[in-house]
Amino acid sequence: MIPGQFEYHRPTSVADAVGLLAKLGEEARVVAGGHSLIPMMKMRMAQPDHLVDLQDVSELKYIREDGGDLVIGAMTTQSEVIASDLLAQKCPVLAEAALQIADPQIRNLGTLGGNVANGDPGNDMPAVMQALDARYDLAGPNGTRQVSAREFYEGAYFTALADGEILTAVRFATPAAGHGWCYAKQKRKIGDYATAAAAVILTLSGGKCTAASVTLTNVASTPLHAEAASNALVGTALDAAAIDKAAAEAMAVADPASDGRGPAEFRTRVAGVMVRRATEAARERAAG
Amino acid sequence: MGKMHVKMTVNGKQVEGLAEPRTLLIHFLREDLNLTGPHIGCDTSHCGACTVDMNGMSVKSCTVFVAQANGAEVTTIEGIANADGTLHAIQAAFAEHHGLQCGFCTPGMITRAHRLLQANPSPTEEEIRYGISGNLCRCTGYQNIVKAIQAAATTLNTAAKEAAE
Ligand SMILES: Cc1cc2nc3c(=O)[nH]c(=O)nc-3n(C[C@H](O)[C@H](O)[C@H](O)COP(=O)(O)OP(=O)(O)OC[C@H]3O[C@@H](n4cnc5c(N)ncnc54)[C@H](O)[C@@H]3O)c2cc1C
Ligand code: FES
Ligand code: FES
Repeated sequence: MIPGQFEYHRPTSVADAVGLLAKLGEEARVVAGGHSLIPMMKMRMAQPDHLVDLQDVSELKYIREDGGDLVIGAMTTQSEVIASDLLAQKCPVLAEAALQIADPQIRNLGTLGGNVANGDPGNDMPAVMQALDARYDLAGPNGTRQVSAREFYEGAYFTALADGEILTAVRFATPAAGHGWCYAKQKRKIGDYATAAAAVILTLSGGKCTAASVTLTNVASTPLHAEAASNALVGTALDAAAIDKAAAEAMAVADPASDGRGPAEFRTRVAGVMVRRATEAARERAAG
Repeated sequence: MGKMHVKMTVNGKQVEGLAEPRTLLIHFLREDLNLTGPHIGCDTSHCGACTVDMNGMSVKSCTVFVAQANGAEVTTIEGIANADGTLHAIQAAFAEHHGLQCGFCTPGMITRAHRLLQANPSPTEEEIRYGISGNLCRCTGYQNIVKAIQAAATTLNTAAKEAAE
């Protein structure tokens, strides 16, 4: 499969990349790891006239703590997320999710920024970002702005990213020490997108859940922040009844298509099971 | 939208050529450089037959544009054998332990195993299986591939120990 022709650009700074996008206009596309875009270009579902490659924009490759936030540069690869000691210590759900994305070769090139900017409902990181209540830093011709991950996704491949904008980083409040976390994903095989998946982040105090967020992957045209499911956990001891309620609330908002991964009813069911498993694991991992 | 001048280091040698930016790295390697070791199995980033080493990482060369690889250091299966032409320990172990049948997946599998053992010289069976999870084999059932990689790890570790003494 041979993609269409394009002109290739390799800027070395965000300013230059944004400048190029402004100059080249609508027919220009950013390429990060290329592991969503190149397959689309090979099938001619995307035919940009210009590719602006971010691989040499080294200011987009970092993982750091900034005040009370964890900030991850857009060009950080999934493999770098998995290898990060800082994230292992402060926010282990990211590596747990990254390890369930594709395979080692793809994770070596696929970036966190590309995964969240892509807008494919099958991507795993968007739901994790929603569970962490992350914000995305966007840079464009008119300066920079932030958009909440919970408001970024508008439909399959439709996001709040405007023409000419680049996603430069994701940031979120460092989760409380001792928080509970899990990303549970049902897939048919390694390298498959989720039949359904759930992210759960929660905190316990005196055996009671004081905060929780439950989000879902690939059971709608966007990732879902399941607010009613989250609320069903808060104030409870995360007992069977609370978890049943959360799973039921998550299934109520899931609206998957029937596809090769199963009929819609089955995938909805799996979403409930993933919420159940993720909540149980998060409870076991939480201190307090 | 003409051709671009690309330069890279492939198997330790500087190479250059003219290619359209859209040329996939696997096509550049096979058709321009005549390195037909890396194979095209699926052309959809799934099978790993096209795996090469790029800048110290395993990548699927059917999903990299030659423009992206401009300036990179690339190793293909042709660059794995020992300098004296004898088989690398991983290649020898695949032959010894029946790690291949038709051989179609083998160049990608060995190139991947080579990088895996550099990152993790003594992997567990589980680490090997996850490590090669981006490489499909339709023949062997993987059992003998895993055995071959385990045997190669032992050989390489013994040799490293002897060299250190
Ligand atoms: C076989 C296979 C299996 C896969 N399985 C999974 C899976 O299970 N789960 C999963 O989540 N993903 C999966 N993926 C996708 C993979 O994780 C991609 O790497 C990821 O979706 C996109 O990241 P990228 O860096 O490769 O982005 P690219 O492919 O380079 O870009 C994707 C899109 O985002 C845009 N973009 C990229 N970076 C930026 C930026 N910084 N600012 C603005 N726009 C940007 C591009 O213009 C493009 O439209 C799979 C891919 C393959 C080939
Ligand atoms: S040919 Fe590249 S992954 Fe199959
Ligand atoms: S030996 Fe035939 S595909 Fe692996």
